[in-house]
Amino acid sequence: MSTISEPTSTSTNPAVAATSFKAARPNKRRGGVEKKDHWAWGILAWAVGLLFVAPVLWMVLTSFHSEVDAATNPPSVFAPLTLDAYRNFFGVTSGSEPWPPLLNSLTASVVSTILVLVLAIPAAYALSIKPVKKWTDVLFFFLSTKFLPIVAGLLPLFLIANELRLLDNINTLIILYTSMNLPIAVWMMRSFLAEVPVEMLEAAALDGAGLITLLRRVVAPVALPGIAATALICFIFSWNELLLARTLTSLVAGTAPSFLTGFATSQGLFLAQVCAAAFVVSLPVLAAGFAAQDKLVQGLSLGAVK
Amino acid sequence: MSSTTAPSAPAPGPAPDLTPAQRTPYQQPQAELARSKREARRRRLPLLPALIFVIAMTQLPFLATIVISFMDYRALRPDQRGFTGFDNYVAVFTNPSIRSAVVTTILLTVTVVGVSLVLGTLIALLLDRKFFGRAAVRTMMIAPFLIVPVAAALLWKHALFNPSYGLFNGTLNAIWQFFGAERGPQVAWLTRFPLLSIELSLIWQWTPFMMLILLAGLQSKPHDVVEAARMDGAGAWQIFRYITFPHLRRYLELGGLLGAIYIVQNFDAVFTITAGALGTANLPYTIYATFFQRQDYGLASAQGVVVVIGTIIIATFALRTVSSLFDDEENAR
Repeated sequence: MSTISEPTSTSTNPAVAATSFKAARPNKRRGGVEKKDHWAWGILAWAVGLLFVAPVLWMVLTSFHSEVDAATNPPSVFAPLTLDAYRNFFGVTSGSEPWPPLLNSLTASVVSTILVLVLAIPAAYALSIKPVKKWTDVLFFFLSTKFLPIVAGLLPLFLIANELRLLDNINTLIILYTSMNLPIAVWMMRSFLAEVPVEMLEAAALDGAGLITLLRRVVAPVALPGIAATALICFIFSWNELLLARTLTSLVAGTAPSFLTGFATSQGLFLAQVCAAAFVVSLPVLAAGFAAQDKLVQGLSLGAVK
Repeated sequence: MSSTTAPSAPAPGPAPDLTPAQRTPYQQPQAELARSKREARRRRLPLLPALIFVIAMTQLPFLATIVISFMDYRALRPDQRGFTGFDNYVAVFTNPSIRSAVVTTILLTVTVVGVSLVLGTLIALLLDRKFFGRAAVRTMMIAPFLIVPVAAALLWKHALFNPSYGLFNGTLNAIWQFFGAERGPQVAWLTRFPLLSIELSLIWQWTPFMMLILLAGLQSKPHDVVEAARMDGAGAWQIFRYITFPHLRRYLELGGLLGAIYIVQNFDAVFTITAGALGTANLPYTIYATFFQRQDYGLASAQGVVVVIGTIIIATFALRTVSSLFDDEENAR
């Protein structure tokens, strides 16, 4: 230790270091100040990244441990790996039934996302390419509905669904998820369609191109990446939703997040199974999000960042 | 607006539509008026399905909430149903649990949004540098945001905060034992710091969100301006203070606004981690509990109305900031 640090310790004398730093500054800027900084900043960035991903890694690791190894203190990091927790979660040994809620979540997310796109794309067209009067007012009306807490409209929705015998029905969730995501989708799609070159549209229209041709040749190339980003965000938000699912569904139409709340109170040795459940339910979102990182940013910023 | 009365004026909005009427502005004013009306209707058509759907699904239920809020409507006492005036509102404002829910909601939102924004900015500045494995670190940073909120809450509650086998206490124990102690300090996180525990799990999830938006902001920073400032001898702090930060401001506002919309409404974490116990019940959870556990629909509706009025007041300010961002975009056209 000491033999290595000795040569450097002479130069890290505070006073010397301070003056030499000042003197070196202009030279550094012209030369490679970036390069010299990099490794330290890089290490810091890696440390922060690992810190943030650590709980996720811990969740995955624990899900592959046996229940006994999962509940030790201090933690047994190098315990043997097993699939027991997944066997328990999927009901091979325990009688738990995660497939109906997972399929319900898939149905609600995919169908509502398609409905959102079907409604949002024409609306965005009417707010950007051929705008209606007062299109900014309409746009802000859409955004303002997102400020209305879902919980404030929950009770009438519950009573109406109860009256119409639509409680515990997946179609109810599909409709509500569509209305939940539609304002966001309109905002996003509008910001993408606003990029469509209007001059090109006009020129093509003067040349006698029909609406279908215009949409296919001029609008679609700009809009398709936007549609992908919008679909990704709507899918994630629907898949994650809990409050409506918990309030309006139970055994038949319950979704995966609703199923997960069954693990909220601890019941003996079950940590590995909780981790397996959390991982399985998060897997579609993780896969979609990692596969489309850039789309994720576009979507999260409502299309403001391209 | 003006296009119906003065057809020769250019149509507002980004897409002036060259109708035949505009090419021959002084012929046949009557037919022209009819045509521009038809044009307006044609333009409105694609918008209507979405607009009607959103109004039906968000505004009408809220109107029903307002009506129910003036009723004595308890599921367990159907015989007493009827209008009671402002009784429910009096109950809302005299009930101490609502007041504490308001405080909790504000604390939770301000803490989570504030800390996530600061951390997100710092990490975005870090990731804006070039270093080995930058894409990998970015991917790792995103992971927390991609965990389903209920799953994240379960993970923090059971795998991290659990006093007997959670990772936090386990790590403390391991470090203490490594240095020869019998046992490390064992903290009952959820009972000693209930609100902080929820905040930590939410900060963990929302910092990546802020980081992503701010990183996108940093990467759209005008590099020529930075280079020019550097040539003129500006230091790193000066560049950040006078160039980077003003550029980032709109991204900070956007992140803060979107984060606030979602954190104010947070239900998943409060419901899963503490079930509203120990002073962690925020407004959405309190309304949910009034609705489902007490089954007092009238009171729950009054709570909902009060929350919406509060939200509208705050949202008016928030929308103004978005609106100003939006004006920039419009002026840029």
